[in-house]
Amino acid sequence: MPHIELPEPDVGVLRRLPILIEGLKSRVGQDLLIVDEDGRRAYETDAFTSYRRVPMLVVLPRTTEEVSKILKYCHENDVKVIPRGAGTSLCGGSLPTEDAIVLCISKMNRVIEIDYANRLARLEAGITNLQITAQVAAEGFFYAPDPSSQLACTLAGNLAMNSGGAHCLKYGVTTHNILGVKMVLIDGTVVEIGGSALERNGYDLLSLVIGSEGQLGVITEATVKLVPSPEGARPMMIGFRSPEAAGSCVSAIIAAGIIPVAIEYMDHAAIEVCEAFAGAGYPLDVEALLIVEVEGSESEIGILLGRIAEIAARFDPKTVQISADADQSARIWAGRKAAFGAIGRISDYLCMDGTIPLAQLPHALTRISQICAEYGLKVANIFHAGDGNLHPLILYDANSPEEANNAEMAGEAILKLCVELGGCLTGEHGVGIEKRELMTTQFSATDLTVQMRIKTVFDPTWRLNPAKVFPLAFSDVMRAGNAASTPEAA
Amino acid sequence: MSELFRPAAEWELQSMIARLAREKRGIEVVGHGALRNTGRVASSDVVLTTSGLKGVTLYEPTELVMSARSGTPVYEIESVLAARGQMLAFEPVDLGPTTGAPGGALSIGGVFATNFSGSRRISVGSARDNLLGVRAVNGRGELFKSGGRVMKNVAGLDVARGLTGSWGTLAVMTEVTFKVAPLPQTMQTLAFVGLPDDLAIEALSVAMATPLEVSGAVHLPKNCAERLKVAKLKHVGQSLTLLRLETFSTSIDERKEKLKAALKVYGNPIELDPEETFSLWSEFRTLSVMPFSTDTSLWRISTLPTKAPEIVAAIQKFMDAVAFYDWSGALVWLEVPAAADAGAADVRRAVAVRGGHATLIRAEPEIRSTVDVFEPLKPEIERLTRGIKSAFDPNGLLNRGRMYADF
Ligand SMILES: Cc1cc2nc3c(=O)[nH]c(=O)nc-3n(C[C@H](O)[C@H](O)[C@H](O)COP(=O)(O)OP(=O)(O)OC[C@H]3O[C@@H](n4cnc5c(N)ncnc54)[C@H](O)[C@@H]3O)c2cc1C
Ligand SMILES: Cc1cc2nc3c(=O)[nH]c(=O)nc-3n(C[C@H](O)[C@H](O)[C@H](O)COP(=O)(O)OP(=O)(O)OC[C@H]3O[C@@H](n4cnc5c(N)ncnc54)[C@H](O)[C@@H]3O)c2cc1C
Repeated sequence: MPHIELPEPDVGVLRRLPILIEGLKSRVGQDLLIVDEDGRRAYETDAFTSYRRVPMLVVLPRTTEEVSKILKYCHENDVKVIPRGAGTSLCGGSLPTEDAIVLCISKMNRVIEIDYANRLARLEAGITNLQITAQVAAEGFFYAPDPSSQLACTLAGNLAMNSGGAHCLKYGVTTHNILGVKMVLIDGTVVEIGGSALERNGYDLLSLVIGSEGQLGVITEATVKLVPSPEGARPMMIGFRSPEAAGSCVSAIIAAGIIPVAIEYMDHAAIEVCEAFAGAGYPLDVEALLIVEVEGSESEIGILLGRIAEIAARFDPKTVQISADADQSARIWAGRKAAFGAIGRISDYLCMDGTIPLAQLPHALTRISQICAEYGLKVANIFHAGDGNLHPLILYDANSPEEANNAEMAGEAILKLCVELGGCLTGEHGVGIEKRELMTTQFSATDLTVQMRIKTVFDPTWRLNPAKVFPLAFSDVMRAGNAASTPEAA
Repeated sequence: MSELFRPAAEWELQSMIARLAREKRGIEVVGHGALRNTGRVASSDVVLTTSGLKGVTLYEPTELVMSARSGTPVYEIESVLAARGQMLAFEPVDLGPTTGAPGGALSIGGVFATNFSGSRRISVGSARDNLLGVRAVNGRGELFKSGGRVMKNVAGLDVARGLTGSWGTLAVMTEVTFKVAPLPQTMQTLAFVGLPDDLAIEALSVAMATPLEVSGAVHLPKNCAERLKVAKLKHVGQSLTLLRLETFSTSIDERKEKLKAALKVYGNPIELDPEETFSLWSEFRTLSVMPFSTDTSLWRISTLPTKAPEIVAAIQKFMDAVAFYDWSGALVWLEVPAAADAGAADVRRAVAVRGGHATLIRAEPEIRSTVDVFEPLKPEIERLTRGIKSAFDPNGLLNRGRMYADF
């Protein structure tokens, strides 16, 4: 795809590569480095696969001390560093450039401490999201944020992206579930931000670090909250004749004082594809489907689902199906969870990720269809309805440069629409390179300057994951290493 | 008395700060000034109050979101919410009464600037966790926004949450947007009697590990429990370990029985009905068990629940101290006899070896000017903190000395 600009590599740095390799070898040993091209190629992209660049070097440290040595060396030698977890970013967050070192912490995946009495766990940040829950499930706890990529993605990536999942309506996203991190600054300084106590001391630097997309430092450890597992959980499916009816039903459920753990929405196109793939028993004669899940004891679940069914009845649903057993629950979720994969089987797609105020839902869905139609493309909508986080999947043929281009343009129009409606550019996938230039639609020059000054405090020479998040034209002076001349907003 | 600025609109506040910034005049930022006699004694040339910026600007009950101008009193917000069966879930505490200031005067901007949260924090998160977005003016006089009004938003750095707990030293918030929650249909409290501190914290931890969604977990040692006003607990004469359940009516008894079963070994609890429960936890919202007095100083200690009783015991070796454990022990309010340093040396040492941090909430102004009110920062964190301060307020005009002596 054509139109996202990637900065030209710095040939000076490339020329110094043999010296840099020797320098790093002498500091952390040869076995942490991937120098050969085949090895490096594995890190050329993340899940935003339309852009690729083979990095000049990959390092796979095993300890915080090694991360510190590597960063200190890169800092002293003016080398860019791209922090990386599992590379599942959907916005090009961990995409390298040819003149950068990829620092991947996937080998740092130990559990350091689990403290059930205080309901927390300290972990190396390369552990996968699902592994955290796997470690504590037997004692009746779990780690709440549940991105759909949780089998693969790392805690570090989750922290950097402030990831959320289907259950964040009740449990919040990453930032609500973290007590502290250990992080290495670009000059090699190791800092502990937050800790294990609930309240932070001084400025809330942790809030700035979580969601910072690898801009402030390399996170090596984190202390996470452990949440008691619910007694039970069960979903129900409600099929509606129109998106309006489904949207109003979501509002009515919340207005009634019920906060389910998840409310997922699928439009007709999404239902068809998912049903064909997973055989979940989804109704095919409806325009919109809600999957609503509640938690509690058997009797509480029964009461809550009953009340939700009563509320739904006011919106003339075509089907109401309460899961009867674990089997059926699993099937209902299997369809939703396989959605991206299922759609991937029938078409290439671009997965957008914007958030809108819920009341704007019917309007947003109509406009999204119109926008895609204008570009001659089909769209399927799947999203977290409880918090208005839309995922329009724009279907296109990757072999056609024209369609690819159109898909990107339609995506851009959709994200602008989200901002116009009072929402935001990205609910959970991040800005990366994908939405970097769109940041000006949501933020003023001053808003962005305030953020860039914070980056400069942590990373004065802008060597960490540069050319991401902030529009290139805004950050070129700092990326050239001249933080001292940070532009002042007008 | 220094010159008072009371802007009535955001643009006016911005132009005032821009002018003061050009003139490099120090600004003391206040909401309704409910707590001007706590914290470090700030030095300033002028006082700027947000009390003229009032009113709810957006309320969508079906999206659980509200925006309000920063000077809006909290009671006003809570009454608008209550009319729709909703609330501020993090249950803001009013420290006015305990610090000798008038109660009921909190501004919503002050709440987020100080990130203070009440007992329900353990189940719903802090003020910071419930904040979605802000508009604010920094010490350069620049108006900026961060976050927004939707629950999920990862566009750019989370500057909004980064401002919480910054005590008006980085920027003056003009408008805040936050999550609200449905009021629980009903509530009950179980009160276990006579547990020593360590066993009480263990009991609270057991309760917090159940899936019963306990929404308040407090322990009062005997000398603190005696200060309660709720009739049923007033004359018990022993320590009290309190657990609050809030849920829908048809479910509360089931949860209560399960909680009692899980805590069988800790004895047979006294049960409080919804009205008694409401009164009891209202006492905690004004910290009435730690009443204002010039004979004592008040500390607020944040630590791990299991370490809390050790910290209190260690401090009690050196002085008479009355403790109130909230958040299942993660927060300790500690009243100590007034002393030249408000007991700072002993309190900080006891905390330092066990982890956590301590803030001096109430002491005479002379003491608050000489003793560190906030826990001193580690050098590398102090470096970042100073960097952030100068990114927002390069001339150090906003609330100079309010948090730390020299910035
Ligand atoms: C099929 C699929 C489904 C997905 N579903 C969801 C979802 O439901 N919710 C959601 O939120 N996201 C989702 N994602 C997006 C992605 O999985 C998340 O953003 C995830 O947190 C990325 O983790 P990662 O380990 O793969 O990070 P990477 O892709 O390796 O990196 C992501 C970002 O984090 C930075 N980073 C990585 N490691 C560090 C570190 N140690 N220190 C500092 N910065 C670091 C990188 O520089 C980059 O900016 C999905 C992705 C896929 C492919
Ligand atoms: C050291 C200390 C610790 C405290 N800890 C707790 C606690 O743990 N729990 C608790 O319940 N209460 C705590 N408080 C009290 C709490 O801060 C007040 O109850 C509340 O802030 C009063 O609101 P106000 O607007 O009247 O306050 P004010 O006294 O006017 O302001 C309080 C602080 O917030 C700042 N501020 C006010 N409005 C704005 C704004 N719009 N933008 C930016 N900054 C603003 C002020 O500069 C000041 O630093 C503490 C107070 C102190 C001094």
